[in-house]
Amino acid sequence: MNEMPAGSRGKFPIHIIVFLAPAVIIYTLFMIWPLLDSLRLSLYAPSPDGGVTFVGFQNYATLFNDPNYSERFWGALRNNVVFFIIHMAVQNPVGLLLASFLASRVTRFRTVFRTLIFTPTVLSVVLVGFIWRLILSPLWGISEGILAVIGIENQPWLGLPETALPTLSLVSVWQYVGIPMMLFLAALIAIPDEIIEAAQVDGATGWNVFWQIKLPLILPTVGIVGVLTFVGNFNAFDLIYTTQTALAGPNFATDLLATLFYRTFFGFQLQLGNPTMGATVAGVMFAIILAGVLVYLFGWQRRLLRNEVQL
Amino acid sequence: MTDFAVLSRRVQIVTMHLVLLAYTVFALFPVILVVINSMKARNAIFRTPYALPNPDNFDLVGYETVFERAGFPSYFLNSLIVTAGALALIFIAGTMAAHALAEYKFPGNTALGLYMALGIMVPIRLGTVSLLQLIVNLKLADTLTALILIYAASGLPLAVFVLSQFMRQIPRDLKDAARVDGASEYRIYALILPLIRPALGTVMVFNMIPIWNDLWFPLIVAPSEQNKTVTLGAQTFLGQFVNDWNAVLASLTLAALPVIILYIIFSRQLIRGLTAGAVK
Repeated sequence: MNEMPAGSRGKFPIHIIVFLAPAVIIYTLFMIWPLLDSLRLSLYAPSPDGGVTFVGFQNYATLFNDPNYSERFWGALRNNVVFFIIHMAVQNPVGLLLASFLASRVTRFRTVFRTLIFTPTVLSVVLVGFIWRLILSPLWGISEGILAVIGIENQPWLGLPETALPTLSLVSVWQYVGIPMMLFLAALIAIPDEIIEAAQVDGATGWNVFWQIKLPLILPTVGIVGVLTFVGNFNAFDLIYTTQTALAGPNFATDLLATLFYRTFFGFQLQLGNPTMGATVAGVMFAIILAGVLVYLFGWQRRLLRNEVQL
Repeated sequence: MTDFAVLSRRVQIVTMHLVLLAYTVFALFPVILVVINSMKARNAIFRTPYALPNPDNFDLVGYETVFERAGFPSYFLNSLIVTAGALALIFIAGTMAAHALAEYKFPGNTALGLYMALGIMVPIRLGTVSLLQLIVNLKLADTLTALILIYAASGLPLAVFVLSQFMRQIPRDLKDAARVDGASEYRIYALILPLIRPALGTVMVFNMIPIWNDLWFPLIVAPSEQNKTVTLGAQTFLGQFVNDWNAVLASLTLAALPVIILYIIFSRQLIRGLTAGAVK
């Protein structure tokens, strides 16, 4: 790096300011400031004079305990956890499986497979939601016909409280499986061939090579995929809004934190919108996402680094 | 290897290809089904959903409805303006800031880098309450400018991070030689821009698709008919015409088309970006 010219010590070179200003201003004004101000607003409540008054953590207490809010809040949180678990249990293992097949040198047309399987990921969630609404529609009967072949009885998958959330979770998995697939693929390809060959010479089978050599080596990617899934899932909105509207039906069975945030902020049916309670829901989402990112940074990554040192 | 080992290896290879093929069909089947049925008459959609469009069932009534009842040309234009505008801002502001962080030693360099990186993991959506207030106060409510600024702000953290990492690898000699020749610091910046093209392509493609596809901010910040993006326009249209299957299928196809074209053009950069140079 350049040392600053000796004469200008203490004085900030103007060109550095010129280079930094646009990005710092746009980012601070439209991202950092709104995030902080929204957290601040969550500590206020509307006052009769039309302004807001400071209420401390009262809004959070209301959200967690007041029957008008708490039922919806805990419901949305529980649904969001289920949504996340289904992604971790289905999307990421399937992504890893596809990646390990694509990473194999005996596989042909690897680029074609990779590109085609990734296609749903680039479509907007709105389109994906509607496409699956059509496929699952009893009127069209597409899912009915296909499920009959494998012996599953058709149901109004999006209409029943027990099936709507798992179904939409799987639609989301269908769309986003390309991302873990690509990230795992990159990690698997980066493993030097010599390591695998050495293990094979020692008599390790494909299955052993995977569990004992490849998987430990791609653990950093497992962490990245996990945290990306976590942040994406606890922020998901479009799919529910598109297929079930902001009411997240049937009977709030598909309500996630972001749909709750939207309804609380803007209001729905007879309930008026409430910006400070909206900011409170966003504050809880912020805390959850921050906790996830911190667990990743200080739990997962640091442990990996420690292990590396021991090796 | 024994015969058995050779055979079992072959079975394994065939199985891998079959799984990949089956998954590819599963990934594409819903999309293809929508596209082919968008060009068929209503009764053919229901009676023979798997048939390709042919002279007997061909019908573009869905597209006619879409063009009569929804302003898709204007939605496309809005999406294009928003996406291109945000990408241009990310390009200009992002490369400048990344250059400053990578090139100059100044007090607070590391701290500023960390500050910019904060936004990589935190979704801008969480600041919506205050962001909407800010947009209203700036008299930018219901404008495409508001969307451009929001997407630029949320795209900059990753852009600055990736670009500054990449710029640190550019050899010193090149820049020092230019300085000896009397080039200004602004000239040096212009000089290195062509050298960062690979990283730039990745950053742009990475930002492009989420911006084009976003529903949240168009819905909240710019929902009026003349400012609707394709994603919001399709969402509204689909909600209203939910029982007109021809129109629904046609609008889905129309809305998906630009992204699929973009994906075909940029899939190499996108995949290279996701796999960060590991796939050669």
